[in-house]
Amino acid sequence: MRTDRLIEALKADAAVKPAPMSRAWLMAGLAGAAIAAALFFAMLGPRPDIGTAMHSMRFLFKFAATLLLLATALVALAALGRPAGDRRRAWLMLAVPALLAAAVVVDMAVMPADAMRERWMGSNMMLCLGSIPLLGLGPLAAFLLGLRHGAPTRPTLAGAVAGLAAGGLAATFYAAHCTDDSPLFVASWYTLGIAMLALLGALGGRLLARW
Amino acid sequence: MGGSDEAELSRLLRVALGGDEKAYADFLHRAAALVRGYVRRRVGQGGIDPEDVVQETLLALHLKRHTWRTDAPVGPWLYAIARFKLIDAFRRAGRRITVDLDAVSDTLASPEAEETASPRDVERALASLAPGQQAVVRSISVDGNSIAETAGRLGMQETAVRVALHRGLAAIARKFGSD
Repeated sequence: MRTDRLIEALKADAAVKPAPMSRAWLMAGLAGAAIAAALFFAMLGPRPDIGTAMHSMRFLFKFAATLLLLATALVALAALGRPAGDRRRAWLMLAVPALLAAAVVVDMAVMPADAMRERWMGSNMMLCLGSIPLLGLGPLAAFLLGLRHGAPTRPTLAGAVAGLAAGGLAATFYAAHCTDDSPLFVASWYTLGIAMLALLGALGGRLLARW
Repeated sequence: MGGSDEAELSRLLRVALGGDEKAYADFLHRAAALVRGYVRRRVGQGGIDPEDVVQETLLALHLKRHTWRTDAPVGPWLYAIARFKLIDAFRRAGRRITVDLDAVSDTLASPEAEETASPRDVERALASLAPGQQAVVRSISVDGNSIAETAGRLGMQETAVRVALHRGLAAIARKFGSD
């Protein structure tokens, strides 16, 4: 087929307008949040003492960290989903480990060492490690679909960031259930669960976000 | 691409995306020339037909045109897509290569395609399409019929023709991704 003939076909198809990326990400976010919420309330639900917990700094801090991850990962994802998107935005995600490190340092200063270790292991490590990836599967699928609508020039990396965003969303829900509020616990086990989603996302990006 | 040329091309695409089909065809022709020059400078002897990459890139520019931020210069977006498709082509041909995008600024446009006798990748992908989609895409591209003429010839509604054309083009693009 001659190129000018192909151009005629593309021109004839010009009336079919693809949805803007902003709309694609909005739908993906809503769908992901809905799936995670449904699973969360069906399986786990918020912790019984959430009313009092909400007055605790450590409890609230968990949400600061997970929401910061969600926000910075979504910004990075949107950039990675376009050719020539501003990839430097991904560096914003470094704010999350920085915040966690600061919180751990502060916690270590106020907590005695043996209490630290106990709180680090926590009471529900396995539940945490299992729940965050599980809750994140729906959001990850939604974000990968968003990437499919886009055009990531680094699909594996973009998929990994989709996993981080899904992890941020899943962790936000899980934090409402989890009774282990130690920053060291969050920095270790939440991170591990989220990393699993990032790995899954990288694989998903490589396989699905092709164009 | 010079500063004012790029601004002009960005303006053209912006107008085209607003619904001006003639401007869109104009943009695609200019994009084809730019990509042709870009690819020819990077393809050595044998293995890769530059026009294949040009056609795959045009298809990608078309199907992913919503990924261009209309307030951004069109050059980086266009060449990022061309580079991605070129690397894909090299990968399929069995070679590993990194392409220096910084060399983009001194690329000359190549308006004319070299014609070959053997079918291009896009045409081969077309041949593997479902019969309905294939007939529509072939009628509009190869045979040069309009949507209305195609609807008449194939006994279809115009909306059905548009749908078949769109799905056919998307299916052709997917064939390259899954190679």
